[in-house]
Amino acid sequence: MNLTSALARLLIFPGLLFAVPIAWFFLWTERKAVAVMQERVGPPFMQPFFDFIKLMGKRVPERSGIGGRLMKALPLIALASSAGAVGLLPVLPASGGFTGDLILLIALLEVPSMCLIAAGFSSRSIFGEIGSSREAILSVAYNVVFLLAIVSIAAAQHSFRLETLAQLPASPMRWLGVLAIFVCLPAKLHLNPFSVANAEQEIYAGPLTEYAGHELALWNLAHGLEWVAATGLVATLVTPRVGIWWLSIVLFAVIAFAVVLLLSVVATWTARLNIDSAVRFYWRCALVFIVLALSSTLFLRLHS
Amino acid sequence: MCYSRRHSPWLFHMNSGSCNGCDIELVASLTPLYDAEQLGVCLQGSPRHADILCITGPVTRNSVEAIKTVYGQVCGPKAVVALGSCPASTNVFIDSRVLEGPLNKHIPVDVFVPGCPPRPDAILQGVAKAVEILAERRTNKAANGEELA
Repeated sequence: MNLTSALARLLIFPGLLFAVPIAWFFLWTERKAVAVMQERVGPPFMQPFFDFIKLMGKRVPERSGIGGRLMKALPLIALASSAGAVGLLPVLPASGGFTGDLILLIALLEVPSMCLIAAGFSSRSIFGEIGSSREAILSVAYNVVFLLAIVSIAAAQHSFRLETLAQLPASPMRWLGVLAIFVCLPAKLHLNPFSVANAEQEIYAGPLTEYAGHELALWNLAHGLEWVAATGLVATLVTPRVGIWWLSIVLFAVIAFAVVLLLSVVATWTARLNIDSAVRFYWRCALVFIVLALSSTLFLRLHS
Repeated sequence: MCYSRRHSPWLFHMNSGSCNGCDIELVASLTPLYDAEQLGVCLQGSPRHADILCITGPVTRNSVEAIKTVYGQVCGPKAVVALGSCPASTNVFIDSRVLEGPLNKHIPVDVFVPGCPPRPDAILQGVAKAVEILAERRTNKAANGEELA
């Protein structure tokens, strides 16, 4: 991948230019799915766009010192890394990529979470600090499972390259890994039952309590791009490859949309767990499951 | 920008010593039956995120400083909606020695929603009026070259 194609992927397709409307669409889908399940009309189609524009026009409180500068920089870093993660997705067949781009994607997906933790602590708000510490504890718990799921998929298919994984037919072991990734997604996207970090109303707005105006708008956009990257990763791993390029893109989009719907349904069905139960779930149930999946993958690989 | 602001009012709810009647009605107006979300209304946990401050209660002496602090924390442009008869006139608690009401003695109020408690329909109408005031105020002040509220 040369510099021009990398920039085109980051800024145009599937990067910022295409991913931002899709991120707003996914955010709307989540809210609309909740509304439909509660027999409501729900927000209008353009709602996330209206929210973004409105927030861009609001004032931001003056902040001085290193904390203030950090609070300005962190949403930008989160947005850039989410956009980078989306840019790596192999939406088009034979779109390039490089060996190990799966590892880069995982790293970029993790940056917004780390920025959120730093944002809560740098805001010096007691609610922000509680939210950040919850996010830190939870991310240690679900990331072990998430990373082992990625390793198990890569070991089953002998590759850390997204393009190769997308083209190879899915093995039963890959499905186990995808299931483990799916279990981690609610925690990564701050959804019920693992919405302990943002915990609306319970701890005000968690790490983002002190954010306002365009900084909050950038956080919301980064969160939307996280949705696109995370669901796109699942779609990459499960989309069957067909010969026709436009059909591949349609299948990719449909599967990503289905994952968003499924996550929204799970979020509406469940109530928020407390932090102890959430951490216990990942360390006990999910970790045992993924360790068994990984060891069977390695066992099968040694015997093949 | 004004169009977006009309379609995305985010509320922050504050109780200044209310009997909880108006608070229940505000929550009722956000439930599936009235579905305020189709107007873009969203109840926020932090005053920093909000556009409209919804205040209930007759303003007790202890709550005055809290009201001023929270009003200062809502970033402009902003509007204030006083829910119920208490913030408008202190209602049946008038002449109480623990009250510092009515609310407009302390912060500027844009819309009063009378009632004890007001119906959810009336609350939604009050919020809709506050949204219009918010958008017009911003436009007028920008046109006059004044500082934006």
